[in-house]
Amino acid sequence: MSEKLMFVQGNEACVQGALYAGVDFFAGYPITPSTEIAELLAARLPEKGGKFIQMEDEIASMCAIIGASLTGHKVMTATSGPGFSLKQEAIGYACMAEIPCVIVNVQRGGPSTGNPTHVSQGDINQARWGTHGDHGIIALTASNHQDVFRMTVDAFNLAETYRTPVVLLFDEVIGHMRERLVVPDPGVVPIVDRLRTSVPKDVDYHPYLPREDGRLPMSDFGGHHRYNVTGLFHDMWGFPSNNPSVVQDLLRHLVDKIDTNVDVITRYKEHCLDDAEYILVSYGSSARSAIHLAKNRRQKGERLGVLELQSIWPFPAEMVRAKCANAKAVIVVEMNMGQVLTQVKAAVDQPNRVFLANRIDGKLITPSDIKGLLRVIQGKGV
Amino acid sequence: MAIKDYLRERFFPHMWCPGCGHGTVLNSLLRAVEELGLNKSNIVMTSGIGCSARISGYVDFHSLHTLHGRALAFATGVKLSKPELTVIVPMGDGDALAIGGNHFIHAARRNIDITAIVMNNRIYGMTGGQFSPLSGPGKKATTAPYLTIDNEFDVVELAKAAGATFVARSTAYHCQEATNYLKQAILHKGFSVVEILSQCPTHYGRKNREGDAAAMLEIQRDSTARIGSKALDDNPHLIPRGIFVDIEKPEYCEEYNKIIDRAMKRKAS
Amino acid sequence: MARKKLKEHLINREWCKGCGICVRFCPKNVLELDNMEKAVAVRPEDCICCRLCEFRCPDLAIEIVVEDENDE
Repeated sequence: MSEKLMFVQGNEACVQGALYAGVDFFAGYPITPSTEIAELLAARLPEKGGKFIQMEDEIASMCAIIGASLTGHKVMTATSGPGFSLKQEAIGYACMAEIPCVIVNVQRGGPSTGNPTHVSQGDINQARWGTHGDHGIIALTASNHQDVFRMTVDAFNLAETYRTPVVLLFDEVIGHMRERLVVPDPGVVPIVDRLRTSVPKDVDYHPYLPREDGRLPMSDFGGHHRYNVTGLFHDMWGFPSNNPSVVQDLLRHLVDKIDTNVDVITRYKEHCLDDAEYILVSYGSSARSAIHLAKNRRQKGERLGVLELQSIWPFPAEMVRAKCANAKAVIVVEMNMGQVLTQVKAAVDQPNRVFLANRIDGKLITPSDIKGLLRVIQGKGV
Repeated sequence: MAIKDYLRERFFPHMWCPGCGHGTVLNSLLRAVEELGLNKSNIVMTSGIGCSARISGYVDFHSLHTLHGRALAFATGVKLSKPELTVIVPMGDGDALAIGGNHFIHAARRNIDITAIVMNNRIYGMTGGQFSPLSGPGKKATTAPYLTIDNEFDVVELAKAAGATFVARSTAYHCQEATNYLKQAILHKGFSVVEILSQCPTHYGRKNREGDAAAMLEIQRDSTARIGSKALDDNPHLIPRGIFVDIEKPEYCEEYNKIIDRAMKRKAS
Repeated sequence: MARKKLKEHLINREWCKGCGICVRFCPKNVLELDNMEKAVAVRPEDCICCRLCEFRCPDLAIEIVVEDENDE
């Protein structure tokens, strides 16, 4: 089999990535601008013996994929802002019970029903703190379809590696735009499969006792090992406990398993960054405009570079600090009121040199939008 | 196997109050599972949140203690992804029909092969005695100090209308009848609903002056009658017990397997 | 078929919460609560092995152990 060349929407690139990663269960509810993901998987999953179900609401979709993950399947749901809000309680459940799953959020304008058919990147902080209580979370993003494919595969891999929900933060422009996608041959991109326990039948299995390498092997529902899964604080067998040391240790584990692996989880790209005096930090569709501007200015001899984030959470603060250390100014380019800006300011040595180039009117931020701000910072005026 | 072989004995005595009907429902359910001779490793019990939901921790099955109201949504994912499993979903009245009402009617509509048990004690016990959608008007609760004005659902009528293909009602008092209905519900291919009237002497009984647990069981005995019985004909105000629906209709997971066949054939051609 | 004869009432005193359901509904008044509020079989000779106490016990604390009458 040779690699497949396609001309598709970003939502289909996501579907191709999910299929490549081995998704075999999807539950969803129609919502713009993510619906194509559900439509495509409704057709594709049964072809390979997988299951698609359209649930009665967004909450049920999130719950159903958690149930299907526990029987040993690779699972996904897709939504947008309002649906992402509704899923938050169950996302917290997946964090607490450590159940691998992938949640796609094709972002649109919010709050509330907002601007359903237009682009936004306003759910960055919701991806981090949408569910209540302390927890770790992984969120990835992408600015082109090849990367949408790759980040979707990575999302499944990270979900299995860390037994955690992983959020894919795409946006309306990426989801609906069509461009080239090359689906590689099987085996080219590594796949992480479910780590299952080797504990034999009738021997005590501890679903929540990490191995030396920190990973927690799972046992499928329906297998030999009958254990408990709960959203309550729980002991190593999965049974509820409010013992203070059990509670404290579990919460630390849930946060640390993600945060101490920030270097492994971090994904980013550099565009003309080596000697850059001015750095644009961006992600998703905004990064396309940032990259376009940087390439354009480079031709005119201006030392402008782009640091493109592909993982937003856990926030790669140390990497951002190092990359931006020698910049005269850092401009965060995003389509919200400064959600990643806050993180970058907290990360760098000189936060007063960090600026925001944003657009929040439902239109894609353009290179000239960024250029205007850059000229002001450079003292050239608009 | 004995009943105790289906229990996680290390968690006993259980956390339910003295005289709580939920313990009797657990008792009746285990007898049903035992009499059917089911393999423990083939059963998934999914529950929500509340007093009722703690039932899943006590059984030596695969147990999934989920979110308030969402047990059937989780169970749908379990069942569709692995249809060979027997999926049993005990829920409280608030769990199943207030916060979980939407999942209840849609699981029934799909006719997915899950056994739903509504442990109806007409009150939110875990949070201290608030009225539920099954309390009915004129009842006392912490959130109804001047008596309830909310009408109640009839679980049987709701399940019937939503498309459940097996619907039965019994009580904690009629424990052998309950075991019998639960056995039939588990064997039934499709979405089964068994409502079991259960007593909460701690909150509902005390607030509504129904007496102790035994007195509340007497009320279950005296306020219900088997469908088709002379007692019910003579006293139509009694709550009917019995099997109200037991029909065959296409089951969701089996229908989905036909979709897989169609999709695979189309792809191959 | 052989008739069942009572061998013993196995009552788990750790599990029994003394709700009194078994006492109230025993058709032969075999059971009582003792001064620790635990169920005890005070008249086991009257037991007809209907097992309703066992089936109804919310604490799963009662087991009626029977033997076949013609085993003796």
